[in-house]
Amino acid sequence: MEWPGRSAASLGYCSCHVCSLVSRPQADEYPPRCPRCGTRLHLRYPDSLQRCWALLIASYILYIPANLMTMMETGTLISYRKDTIMSGVIHLWQSGNPGIAVIVFVASILVPLFKLLVLTLLLLSVRRGSTWKIRTRIQLYRIVELVGRWSMLDIFVLTILAALVQIQTMATVRAGTASIAFGMVVVLTMFAAMVFDPRLMWDPLRKRTGHE
Amino acid sequence: MNVQQRPLIACPQCDLLLREIELPPNGAACCCCCGATLYRNRPDSINRSLALALAAALFYGIANTFPIIGINLQGSGNAVTLLQAVHDLWNQGMHLVASLTFITSILVPALELGLLLYLLLPLYLGKVPVGVSPIMRLLQAIKPWGMVEVFMLGVLVSLVKLVQDFRIIPGVALWSFGILTLLLAALASSFNPRDIWLQLDKDRDGVID
Repeated sequence: MEWPGRSAASLGYCSCHVCSLVSRPQADEYPPRCPRCGTRLHLRYPDSLQRCWALLIASYILYIPANLMTMMETGTLISYRKDTIMSGVIHLWQSGNPGIAVIVFVASILVPLFKLLVLTLLLLSVRRGSTWKIRTRIQLYRIVELVGRWSMLDIFVLTILAALVQIQTMATVRAGTASIAFGMVVVLTMFAAMVFDPRLMWDPLRKRTGHE
Repeated sequence: MNVQQRPLIACPQCDLLLREIELPPNGAACCCCCGATLYRNRPDSINRSLALALAAALFYGIANTFPIIGINLQGSGNAVTLLQAVHDLWNQGMHLVASLTFITSILVPALELGLLLYLLLPLYLGKVPVGVSPIMRLLQAIKPWGMVEVFMLGVLVSLVKLVQDFRIIPGVALWSFGILTLLLAALASSFNPRDIWLQLDKDRDGVID
């Protein structure tokens, strides 16, 4: 595809990410600030790629205990079980709730994995200066931003169940260690998506088509 | 207005420099290169957002005062409000999980509604509140962390899990959370930060400094 015009950065313009006013920072003004709302201006988010990599690698590491350790302990008079995220989903499926099992599977397993893989793909493609399928990649970025929050579902289910199911010795639910790692994965991947600057994806296209 | 005199706008996702165009009511301007939404035209945005924010604040109050769900098993039972749930989890030693729930479903929604009311109420009365810029910055920063709609889905999933073993007593807060979710979605769609900035520009133009 072709780049259709000029980028703000190439003409020395900077847009404010809070009030979206476009202004031209003066050379003697440091750090440059938006003339309307006073927000610090950046042509691109500072250290976007490094920060994103750091958050992403931490998320990958935490993703392992989040999936292997116990998410929830359920005890009743006659039974006791420890569930990881996946075994909880299987248990839901087998106990006659396939719909809810699918929702939990998507929110707790698919969405975090999708976010990790897509952000890795985006970072690698920006690093290589790739212009490959740029429209598809920006769509993937938007999906990551949109669905990220829904992973918090399991944390909320856990909060409600662990607080509510405390009936002396008859029934108790406790949150497991995996919930800490899982919560961190959700928060860190959300931060990673926030610090990634999508404008970096278009810079190689501008250079290649020779407009700037 | 001549095209050359219209204000500049840069796409936040691909940095293409464009000139603003007039929009029909409820229209949205999209970047012609990457398709990102640039800005929207919401008729009567301040009035509608204020009404929705007031209603949401009311239901937020109800949703946080009364129990969400109660359960009953052979005569013994338990019922918790959201804050109690967070408190219980904290006492069980799950500090991180408790904090996450507290921030995303209690603190951020309250802060968001409070700040919006602080902005919209004076604007509705024709005044400009003090500190618009820092408040707009804060609103933008906390926005991704308000997760009432995800919490609502979490409550529904919990209900399905609980219904097998317990008798469920749905609380007032359950319905309030449902309504709050809808109101917050409507508020997010009607609140238009652009209108606040345009209002601010208009007020500044009248002042000679």
